[in-house]
Amino acid sequence: MPVNVAVITFPGTNCEYDTVKALERIGYSAELVWHDTVKLDAYDALVLPGGFSYGDYLRPGAIARFSPVMQAVEEFAVSGGPVLGICNGFQLLTEAHLLPGALQKNASLKFICRSVDVRVDTTRSSLTNLSSVGKVLSLPINHFEGNYTCDDATLKILEEDERVLLRYVDNPNGSVHSIAGICNEQGNVAGMMPHPERASDELLGSTDGIVLFRSLCEGQFSR
Amino acid sequence: MLYELSVEIMPKPGIADPEGTTILRALHALGFDMTKRVTVGKVIRLQVEASTGEEALGIADSMVGKLLANPVIEVANVSLVQERAASPD
Repeated sequence: MPVNVAVITFPGTNCEYDTVKALERIGYSAELVWHDTVKLDAYDALVLPGGFSYGDYLRPGAIARFSPVMQAVEEFAVSGGPVLGICNGFQLLTEAHLLPGALQKNASLKFICRSVDVRVDTTRSSLTNLSSVGKVLSLPINHFEGNYTCDDATLKILEEDERVLLRYVDNPNGSVHSIAGICNEQGNVAGMMPHPERASDELLGSTDGIVLFRSLCEGQFSR
Repeated sequence: MLYELSVEIMPKPGIADPEGTTILRALHALGFDMTKRVTVGKVIRLQVEASTGEEALGIADSMVGKLLANPVIEVANVSLVQERAASPD
């Protein structure tokens, strides 16, 4: 049975096709799943892709968080299934309290769209288990609200429990401790601001995102 | 009774406010050098059916907790604007 991934789509999501294509090109089955879906039992992994769900009204992810599908996403996450939020999907996972902290406006006051280097900080997660600690990946970012922030107590826990998965080599947006991606306590729910789907083919200039999708779809880790 | 409420949502101290910073620079460029700080937030006006103003404020507070503000990056303040006998327009 091939791995079957649900790419969850909200009104205003705009990276869903890129994500499906990226997953399919490396051998997985991927389906667009509309936000009114309430059952996700048929899937092995979930991706919440980038975009501007509900026009980013109120705050990025704030409205999408109450979509019917989010109850099923939460159940999937609680049962230990791999869940990845990319960009707007990361913002959404923080709004849904599946990941701690929040993404605030970039410190530079600019929308940033370029490739950046991120370093893998731990392999103990659904997102990074097939990579190696210290490995530098070139991945595009494309955001205005990508500046990760959280209170000091949360930051201490994230660092002590090795829950910072990816760190910018040269912090582009002001994120605390250069955080580009984190995971939950169990390691199965991950969020990242860079776009691995845009680094999944030589034609796109980088294939560094592939290892992250492979980790999500078939990797093993312990925590 | 219909109550009109105002929910003021501001960035928490220490949270980036690029819009405020940009407006501050523009004010300085226009000669308003006396301006020391600009903070930009948002205001949400609500019309809420409730029996008392206190009840209306309580309802708005729970809206803030559930949806309207993110306590990681924002602070919210709810106030009663007016009590209206008229139906919503």
